[in-house]
Amino acid sequence: MKTEIKIEKEAQNVMDKILKKQKPSMKFPIRSLSNVKYDPKQGFFELKGQKKERTLTVSTVKTFAQTLRMMALSKEVLKNDDMATKREAYYVSKNWDAAKFDEQPESDTVMDDIEAMFEVNREQLGFIPEEKGGEVAGKLIVIDRDPDTKKETKIDCTKFGSGAYSIPISVEHLKFQTSANFILAIETAGMFQRLVKHNYWKKTNCILVSMGGVPTRACRRFIRRLSDEKKLPVYTFTDGDYYGYFNIYRTLKVGSGNAAHINEFFCVPKAQFLGVTPQDILDYKLPTHKLKDVDIKRGKDALKNDPFVKEYKEWQQAIKLMQELGQRVEQQAFAQHGLNYVIEKYLPQKLKDKKTWLP
Amino acid sequence: MTQTKLTDIQPKKEEKTKAEEFAKELRSVSVSEFFEKNRHLLGYDNPTKALLTVVKEAVDNATDATEEARILPDILVKIERLTENRFRVTIEDNGPGIVKQHIPSVFASLLYGSKFHRLRQSRGIQGLGISSAVLYSQLTTGKSAKIISKISPKKPANYYELHINTLKNEPEIIKETEVSWQKDQGTKIELELEANYQKGSRSVDNYLKQVTIVNPHVTITYINPENQKIIFSRATTELPIEPKQIKPHPYGIELGILIRMLKSSKYKKLKSFLTNEFSRISSSIADEILKKSNLEANAQSSRIARQEAENLLKAIKETKIRAPPLDCLSPIGSELLQKSLKKELNVDFCEAVTRSPSVYRGFPFQIECLIAYGGSLESDKPVQLLRFANKVPLLYQQSACTITKAVISTKWNSYGLSQSKSSLPTGPALILVHIASVWVPFTSESKEAIAHYPEILKEIKLALQECGRKLGIFIRRNKKVAQEQKKKEYITIFIPHILTGLREILNLKQPQENKIEKNLKEILEKSRQ
Repeated sequence: MKTEIKIEKEAQNVMDKILKKQKPSMKFPIRSLSNVKYDPKQGFFELKGQKKERTLTVSTVKTFAQTLRMMALSKEVLKNDDMATKREAYYVSKNWDAAKFDEQPESDTVMDDIEAMFEVNREQLGFIPEEKGGEVAGKLIVIDRDPDTKKETKIDCTKFGSGAYSIPISVEHLKFQTSANFILAIETAGMFQRLVKHNYWKKTNCILVSMGGVPTRACRRFIRRLSDEKKLPVYTFTDGDYYGYFNIYRTLKVGSGNAAHINEFFCVPKAQFLGVTPQDILDYKLPTHKLKDVDIKRGKDALKNDPFVKEYKEWQQAIKLMQELGQRVEQQAFAQHGLNYVIEKYLPQKLKDKKTWLP
Repeated sequence: MTQTKLTDIQPKKEEKTKAEEFAKELRSVSVSEFFEKNRHLLGYDNPTKALLTVVKEAVDNATDATEEARILPDILVKIERLTENRFRVTIEDNGPGIVKQHIPSVFASLLYGSKFHRLRQSRGIQGLGISSAVLYSQLTTGKSAKIISKISPKKPANYYELHINTLKNEPEIIKETEVSWQKDQGTKIELELEANYQKGSRSVDNYLKQVTIVNPHVTITYINPENQKIIFSRATTELPIEPKQIKPHPYGIELGILIRMLKSSKYKKLKSFLTNEFSRISSSIADEILKKSNLEANAQSSRIARQEAENLLKAIKETKIRAPPLDCLSPIGSELLQKSLKKELNVDFCEAVTRSPSVYRGFPFQIECLIAYGGSLESDKPVQLLRFANKVPLLYQQSACTITKAVISTKWNSYGLSQSKSSLPTGPALILVHIASVWVPFTSESKEAIAHYPEILKEIKLALQECGRKLGIFIRRNKKVAQEQKKKEYITIFIPHILTGLREILNLKQPQENKIEKNLKEILEKSRQ
């Protein structure tokens, strides 16, 4: 069903209730880690189906009005075959007098609610994020279309020199040509730069992707489509800390609790974790930082509440080891053993021995 | 350790002589001389307070005198500025006047009075007040006090100019004459003193205003140093109930007092001493006390030894004796208190309570409380606390007073006023507490704060709670009304946006829109929560 029709149907429901002098209400899935389950066969976080109901009362009247007006905006944007960034949608609301959003997080929340209600991607609502999608370098040709002529255009990701190809916000129309053996998804831009500079992709015949922190939806979708279509394995290389393990790797692999309704398409279930693992800290004698109280709490919380961690013994052991060590490590820490130690020793050794990886 | 030699501890000859020298300097200090040096004990710490204390003492005397004579008091207070820091204070009443031979002692001898040895609710007690004002005037200006008093239209008025001989605590008559005075009766006193006049919560202006709140039958005409005439007129022409004099209750008596009473009583036999000098000692209770203390009913009161007196007191404390009579007090009354306050202040809420009399240390006392809220009272500030003892405003030493302690230890948050720990609540409110008693336990002679007796504290708290509950209901009701109003506005603001949203999605037509708007209002108003 087209999104526009979904919007009309929901509005019709609300109006019918009002005409019958009943309180109208809208139902949204609860967007949190507590409302997802993980089945390795499915490969991603699925909604458990808990819903919250927004019934029209005095205390909800403002949000209710804002939700309807945001739905109207979405319909308008879709009708005109246009798009609005999340920031632009926030500014449009400034025309809504008392119903305007004071800060963008408020409009983002309403937008995410609508997205979840209709179980669509926000791009399908006509809204796009501001965020960058990530960068790519290596053995890959991306086939895109020219925005004016709509003709196919080939982008060779080996030809960016010391720079890189930027993943666009929407990736559904892209096609790929590649002879690479694997995709290496990297947390930090710094490590990505080092690998690009030394033509690491040439030596190992791979595609390098810089996620720049938590991977955006576009970045996740890009890796997913590329790996699915070209049957490429995906290896992940992050800092050795809970942010790298869960916010970055876990989101890339199985999705998030916040936007679980789209996880099915916006995650990479086949992704594997290369490092840096807590065991690597010991094996490579890496310089570390002390875990803060919040980190320790985060580790405990993951053991207790994260459906992904609960599924894998290996991850549980890794977290327990990190808690015991009380230390975390950064990707750049290998520089202690020489600037190119990571290229010459660490990555080759890890790629050879998959037993040291985490699922 | 070295042993002390015997000679070391024997007094030396020179020391003896010194002691004798000291002895030459020893002499008794007269009360007036003592207060000359310790004027702060009587409320003359600084020039601002001195002005207030002088007015207060004279007004107390005037109201006491008129009330006892069952006359509606008309009091004139006039303050003239002579130089920057010198003032002339004149206070005139329409009371019964003072007989000629008493005038010098009343005004120019400390601790001369009729009220100290009796137990009766009155403003002044010690006989210190007006004569200490005269003393202060004399100390700061050297001028004499000018007094006119007239006891009947048929008799001439007596005019005196008086000084106090501080060494002897005796009046010195500077001038004494008969004058004509157009008043039928009354007393007028004129004093010159060094002082400072200022406005504010502890000003004479505020003091007089408070006096009229708790003395609704009094009219005060006030001429301030700026020569403005302010009239605080009475709210009622009914005189308050006359307080009754009572005998001391045995539970409130201390050994020294008991011994003094035994020595000086006109009842020579011990049993008749007990039954006549105290309240609530019947013949049978007297027998019980005598039996417990092993004393004879016919024993001579004046010859009871110290040890016997102690046994007697012990027996008294061990004997069950009824509480003292409680009908001896004269409260203001909750209705009159409210009426009187509303006359002076514009408020939205006013509630008062007069508690039943109670007893501390054998003395009857009674608590009254009033709480006013809103109107012209300032919000965002600590509440105004007005303290009164026997209808006299207490303006100083608020933090030392048990009334303040009671207010602070009451939980005002549950009555709708915000309050942080161990401080007065804040909000547009006024709290008034009055204690009436035959003997108000002040913390000092300047009579500014009430001592912490648990019985008194408890009664004040109960009175505050009683008024507080009603205040809480009022504030909550007000808040609810305000919230409903706010919600109503909220609904009218956002209904158009729901309509716009629906219109844009569904292309609504005007009649449809009108119906939805009407229904939405109905739905939302029904679901107020």
